[in-house]
Amino acid sequence: MLKMIVCMKQVPMVTELPWDTRTGTLKRELAEGMMNPACKHALEAALRLKHEHDGHITAITMGPPMAEEILHEAIAMGADRCLMLCDKKMAGADTLVTSYTLARAIEIFCPDFDLILCGCYTSDSETAQVGPQLAEELDIPVIAYAEDCTVNEETITIKRVSDNFLETLQMNMPGLITLTTQNFAPRYTPIAGLQDAFDEPNILTVSADDLGLDEEIIGLAGSPTKILEVYSPTAQKNNIVMKGAPKRIVEELLERFDDRIGSVIRKDLKVVS
Amino acid sequence: MAETKRSIWVFGDYRNYFQNRVTLQLLSRAKDLAQRIDARVCAVVFGHEVDEWVGEYIAHGAQTVYVTDHPMLKNYSTDIYVTLMERLAQTYDPEIILVGATSFGREFAPRVSKRLKTGLTADCVDLDINEDGILVQTAPAFGGNLLTRIVTPQRRPQMATVRAGVFQEIPHNYEATGEIIYVEMPMHLPKDRVRLISSERQPPREQKIEDASVVVCGGRGMGSKKKFRNLYELAKTLGGEVGATRPVVYSKWAEEDALVGQADKHIKPKVLFSFGISGAIQHTAGIVDADFIIAVNKNPNAAMMKMADVAIVADANQVCTALIRELKKRIRT
Repeated sequence: MLKMIVCMKQVPMVTELPWDTRTGTLKRELAEGMMNPACKHALEAALRLKHEHDGHITAITMGPPMAEEILHEAIAMGADRCLMLCDKKMAGADTLVTSYTLARAIEIFCPDFDLILCGCYTSDSETAQVGPQLAEELDIPVIAYAEDCTVNEETITIKRVSDNFLETLQMNMPGLITLTTQNFAPRYTPIAGLQDAFDEPNILTVSADDLGLDEEIIGLAGSPTKILEVYSPTAQKNNIVMKGAPKRIVEELLERFDDRIGSVIRKDLKVVS
Repeated sequence: MAETKRSIWVFGDYRNYFQNRVTLQLLSRAKDLAQRIDARVCAVVFGHEVDEWVGEYIAHGAQTVYVTDHPMLKNYSTDIYVTLMERLAQTYDPEIILVGATSFGREFAPRVSKRLKTGLTADCVDLDINEDGILVQTAPAFGGNLLTRIVTPQRRPQMATVRAGVFQEIPHNYEATGEIIYVEMPMHLPKDRVRLISSERQPPREQKIEDASVVVCGGRGMGSKKKFRNLYELAKTLGGEVGATRPVVYSKWAEEDALVGQADKHIKPKVLFSFGISGAIQHTAGIVDADFIIAVNKNPNAAMMKMADVAIVADANQVCTALIRELKKRIRT
């Protein structure tokens, strides 16, 4: 049996976000949540491997209570069991501490895994760091940005495009891969699955105490990085407004911004006088 | 053997032209930062027969280059490179490590930061030093809708990855001299756990809109399907690609693969032309990484016009056709 773990995160659904038009910022606290797209592709990859290899999938997330929604969705799609790491003490964790916390939970609740699948990055913080750092924490091999994967006995083979090289890589399991959204388009959630997800959700909620972790080493307190400020870049633009006849506007545009436009298309757009 | 003076390291990512460029850009920024905290600028190079790169990095501002040269390092191996970097950093104790946010760098840097138990900020768009001498890292979030300033106040080194094109490289100076420190390949290196089965240089992929340096986006404000075709001619003249909003695709003025937006394609052109687009968040979330935006709309109050660097208040199609004519005239001469 192929024992898999899929790590996933709930992210705000940007199109649904209340948008403060005055400051150009998101009112994040009012956001609707969704399963991060790359995580959903990772779950889809796991579901296909489950079908081929008689697998078992544990979905894990860490987040506030509302993040449990994505675990229901995971069960509805076909995950067998879920872990919900939820504790105020875990809040504000950066990637280093998140990977540390996930690793402790995996060691306690699913130590005999073969393969961990993660989305390559999240749509909110976009760091792409948790997957590789989790592999380091568990001391297992990792391949990031996988586009395709096949499993044989004890090895996993992946394909990826890395800096203009098409690479085929192989590693022994247990191991960790992070997946892009290139392939594994997620299936639609079947109605029958939804029923299961709410009738008998196989979700175990785990606290910091359950993991034996002190407050000082997790969450915000344990994180080496600190956020000084979050701000909107669009609110800062110095905007130039042009009006008038199209021909004249276009001439002025190319004269004034030859450095911005001409340099990119590698043509001198100034009229030599 | 700790260093007497603090140092800022730049990882020498030389595998292809663009990786090497980001390394040179980081050396340039490292030089600015180093002046502020009285540090030395160092490059780190792993590979086989890498003299060319060592020379290149010195010419671009590295005062010291740490080199491990060994046939085993001929191909990039994340596993081995992580171990080498970990050991080197533990020996020489750098203040800051900067890595290009290439595919390689984005897998390599998180693992190094984990081994060194320090913070890492991904994909920085700016780096600065504050009054306490700490590296202030500006990174995007929510597809660039927000920027975050992040510091690692206590632990060292402070680590950041930076995308290509964020900083300007300084012109090379082949008269410059630097110190080269050869670091032996460690004797008992853990075996590489990931096997490279094959690696082929990709033929340059057909230009994708996500990678295009010029994108011409159009919305319903273009007026009609026929007028929308003008955008393709403009894009061709500029060597760019055409993007479209959802209403345009639903009206079948453009193909679905041209869709740019939050749930669709995210583009990051150097120059973005936006014609007749009102600027709903579903669309603008896909274009926030554009460097320079020229928007054309009859409505000066459209959200798209507020986001633009240059907002042209006029009929989108008329400006489009005038621009095609003017560009053709100027490019020919």
